[in-house]
Amino acid sequence: MSNRRYPEAVADAFPAPPIEFTDREDRSIEIRPYEGAGAGYESLVEMYDAFDPADRAQGIPPGGEKRIREWLDAILGDDCLNVIAWCGDEAAGHATLVPDGDAYELAIFVHQDYQRAGIGTHLIRGLLGHGQAEGVTKVWLTVERWNRAAVSLYKKIGFETSNAESFELEMGLRLNEDAERGGTDASAD
Amino acid sequence: MKVLCGIGGSDDSFRALDRTVERAAVANDDLTIAVVENPDSSVDPDEVVERAEAAVAEAGLDAEVRQVEGDPGSRLVEIAEREEFEEIVLGGGHTSPMGKITIGSIAEFVLLNAKTSVTLVR
Repeated sequence: MSNRRYPEAVADAFPAPPIEFTDREDRSIEIRPYEGAGAGYESLVEMYDAFDPADRAQGIPPGGEKRIREWLDAILGDDCLNVIAWCGDEAAGHATLVPDGDAYELAIFVHQDYQRAGIGTHLIRGLLGHGQAEGVTKVWLTVERWNRAAVSLYKKIGFETSNAESFELEMGLRLNEDAERGGTDASAD
Repeated sequence: MKVLCGIGGSDDSFRALDRTVERAAVANDDLTIAVVENPDSSVDPDEVVERAEAAVAEAGLDAEVRQVEGDPGSRLVEIAEREEFEEIVLGGGHTSPMGKITIGSIAEFVLLNAKTSVTLVR
């Protein structure tokens, strides 16, 4: 799984959180980085416990509070980058970058009550802005190929398809220049 | 039941092996284990064969372990058809650090092209 391909060009600059905006349902939403255990953690447990099973993808989020907590423990670790979309004190959405070798795997979830309101676009841009500021160079994801809405969101953001041979599309994005790549010579990649 | 278990050395294929052997011992299945060449696996096929033989011996089963060359998906489907297997068992996919499951190209090919039932072991 280390032979993933990424675009040659570095993506545009993304805005770093905190980001405030009004969604298409006139709700005030704020995107903030996850700040460690406490209220944020419990709000995410609540969001995922109420998550519509129809919106699960490739086995996540898992079902049931116990498995949700085990999963969150793994993806909210110190080496991961997480942002939450807040509507007041309720978690409306969550996006995460989990380290995988020299790259990060991305996933994004928006609770069904908050979908189709433009939150996903702000959330993923906020996560990538957070990752850019933290020096992340490469991001990849997989998405079920029938999930047109997600695939077009990722493309709009700048992700390019790197592997289309399976049920799931694999896509990649370059967030920052690799330290060893240098500015002009990319032949070593 | 006549069961063909295909393994290539990935973690999920070993999980499928253990579960299928366990089940065959209880259900008295007629089990054959086919060790295929999975390009995504870092484990040497000989080592996979050894591991399969050990699992079979430990369960006290009389199951054949066979090394299969060529394209894994099409060979498994072909063997199942020619030798009238009733079920093909495979690993249930790779889990990323994120927890996302992806189904490999072997499983996809077998799912779409096999005439038998196909079980993916989680």
